[in-house]
Amino acid sequence: MFTSDGEARDCCARYVQKLGKLQAGELGRRQTSAEHALRNMGITFNVYGHADGREKVWPFDVLPRIIDGNEWTHVEAGLKQRIRALNLFLDDIYNEQDILHDKVIPEELLASAGTLRPQMRGFSPAKRVWCHISGVDLVRDADGTIYVLEDNLRCPSGVSYVLENREVMKRTFPQVFEGIAVRPVEEYSEQLLKTLLQCAPPGTIAPTAVVLTPGSYNSAYYEHTFLAQQMGIQLVQGSDLVVENGYVHMRTTQGLQRVDVIYRRIDDDFLDPKCFRKDSCLGVPGLIDVYRAGRVTLANAPGTGVADDKAIYAYVPEIIKYYLDEDAILQNVPTYVCSDDKHRQHVLANLDKLVVKPTNESGGYGILMGPQSTREEQAKYVDLINANPRNYIAQPMLNLSTVPTLVDERLQPRHVDLRPFVLCGEDIYVMPGGLTRVALTEGSMIVNSSQGGGSKDTWVMENKSDPQAQPAPQTISSEPSAPQVQSQSQS
Amino acid sequence: MLSRVANSVYWMSRMVERAENVARFIDVNYNLTLGDSSPFVNQWEPLVFTTGDYDLFKKNYDTASRENVLKFLAFDRDNPNSIMSCVMLARENARTIRETITSPMWEHVNRFYLMLRNAVNDSSILYDPVSFCAEVRNASHTLVGTTYTTMSHGEAWHFLRMGRLLERADKISRIADVQYYLLLPKAEDVGTSLDVVRWSALLRSNSALEMYRRVYGAIEPNNVAQFLILDRHFPRSIRFCLIGAQHSLMEITGSRPGTFRLRSEQLIGRLSSEFDYMSIEEIIDQGMHEFIDDFQTRVNNVGNAIHEDFFTVPMRVE
Repeated sequence: MFTSDGEARDCCARYVQKLGKLQAGELGRRQTSAEHALRNMGITFNVYGHADGREKVWPFDVLPRIIDGNEWTHVEAGLKQRIRALNLFLDDIYNEQDILHDKVIPEELLASAGTLRPQMRGFSPAKRVWCHISGVDLVRDADGTIYVLEDNLRCPSGVSYVLENREVMKRTFPQVFEGIAVRPVEEYSEQLLKTLLQCAPPGTIAPTAVVLTPGSYNSAYYEHTFLAQQMGIQLVQGSDLVVENGYVHMRTTQGLQRVDVIYRRIDDDFLDPKCFRKDSCLGVPGLIDVYRAGRVTLANAPGTGVADDKAIYAYVPEIIKYYLDEDAILQNVPTYVCSDDKHRQHVLANLDKLVVKPTNESGGYGILMGPQSTREEQAKYVDLINANPRNYIAQPMLNLSTVPTLVDERLQPRHVDLRPFVLCGEDIYVMPGGLTRVALTEGSMIVNSSQGGGSKDTWVMENKSDPQAQPAPQTISSEPSAPQVQSQSQS
Repeated sequence: MLSRVANSVYWMSRMVERAENVARFIDVNYNLTLGDSSPFVNQWEPLVFTTGDYDLFKKNYDTASRENVLKFLAFDRDNPNSIMSCVMLARENARTIRETITSPMWEHVNRFYLMLRNAVNDSSILYDPVSFCAEVRNASHTLVGTTYTTMSHGEAWHFLRMGRLLERADKISRIADVQYYLLLPKAEDVGTSLDVVRWSALLRSNSALEMYRRVYGAIEPNNVAQFLILDRHFPRSIRFCLIGAQHSLMEITGSRPGTFRLRSEQLIGRLSSEFDYMSIEEIIDQGMHEFIDDFQTRVNNVGNAIHEDFFTVPMRVE
């Protein structure tokens, strides 16, 4: 928000002026009233392992995180490029496998990916879309560069909180929006429904879409209800669905009704006990047969997890080059793949400096934070890596950027990341902004809400001028603005 | 709509109505016990009979003191019919069908629950439950109003309404039963001011006093019974509830008046038409208590039939 010499950055100037006009204690009052609104609206998330399945109120910070419009243009172009390439990659991997024949990616790396679904070989979904909904985690390092930390292509969650954060902000702090051009996020649900229906099985007239949830005990259940409600479609559980006559139906009070598109918020493994895990009671027996016959669409497609495997991640710049013949617009974090002998030696020698991650986990499980770890922990990871090198990658420790946050009635710097959401149907839509998560503990980099992280409304400012007509004004700031890239028109 | 969702919608609605009626029980009883000379002082035990949870109460409490009964009826989580348990269950149902109900509806269910969570720690309620009972009533009414004005009057809405009205019919009968049993005028009380006070309290707890006066003027026990059981226009009379529940059921099934396809339609149709052609004298002759017992059994049968017909139906492609 501020430059290193304490001046407000251009995109934040008007907002900072407004803050300056507030009376003492006003921010704290707004914060309290925002929390009150969240509690009344019942915007919660479940924390596993609590005795009474206690729902916690969504933690929200009343100060928005502001992103310059021109910089966003660059991020958006980068995200579109990335998702387009990963989608082509998925279609190729499950069909011709050209990228393997051309030796761009080591075959054994792919074959050993725990998220590869051999059941999907030789299959292409409707419109060849695999990852309809993605949430790409971005971080800004100390030098100002934006890096992609991971591509979540399975069932990324958090978008409902983006929309609710904006809603709460408007309810409790309407004045700050006056005269400030913030790009709206409210059309996301509309775009999501459009994307889902576009990818219905070909030839379906007036397709019916549903959201499939594992049930009300799932930590993201609130989001499932929210999205179903916003799109105006049914929220179903596995037990509400049944396969009859080669199609999927839902059990209604008036008998069975056909379902054409399923936005599933259940992992691959649990979708169909006949095809994946036999002990799953969350799925629908026979669902995958209907899917492979092209009579129902699943979003995201089963098998997308292979493209967000953390070892495959290291190859995304090559994947982009291979399919699009372009250089990656957004940077990857430098990644050491432990199944590569040279890389592994480097990692084992530098465990105290690196962050080690398991390749097929999501949600921050099983990570070693080298610089903050003990000798014993490092020794344990030496054994783990040697026992199963394919399962680990390592990256340098990033120093996440900070934004001002209200802590104890005072503004204090806190580390943040950003998860923008990307929809891929006939074309690609990127929501302006995304979920900003903030580590509320001083100096902490842990932004997960289950571990005391908070969130902020994320403002992408409207471009003041067409970036193609005029170069952006040069400002001296601690966050150098990224090179201007013309956004690619999708056709 | 999904059978599972219909089931949740129906029970959410029933549970909120149940909570409201428990608050009404407490309210009327408290009103009756006011005044030290009243023979009703410490008449808190009948209240636990009314809700049908006497055994559970006896198991967990030693005396039927006011505090114990109020604790049991308002906040006891081990009592499935306490206000707290009902609203928690309603909220849990609402939470699983948040996409079906409207956001304002969810918000009011949630606020209802948050209000109760705060009230648990307020010991003054056990001495003076009047304003607390009013708050519970208002929370329920707010939800009904919000439902009426924000939700399309389609299938889900009719399941909500049907659940609410069946629950209400059952509860009015219980209020009438206990109070009638207590209030049946002893010879020496007839016409005394105390008598009028008691009957007024009964009517007021059912939000019926003003409307009653408009129809009948003076308070007569038989007229009170007629008003609460057979009145066609008063929203808290049994007959009114049956007419509304039957109407919602027909909207759901699409059956024409006078016809039935499902067991639930048959049962509620028969019950409702009996009420259409019944007189209060017949009820008094039969014995109020027997009549009400029989009615409660039949309402339960309607509820079971609805379960069979809509929530657990074996499905085939039609």
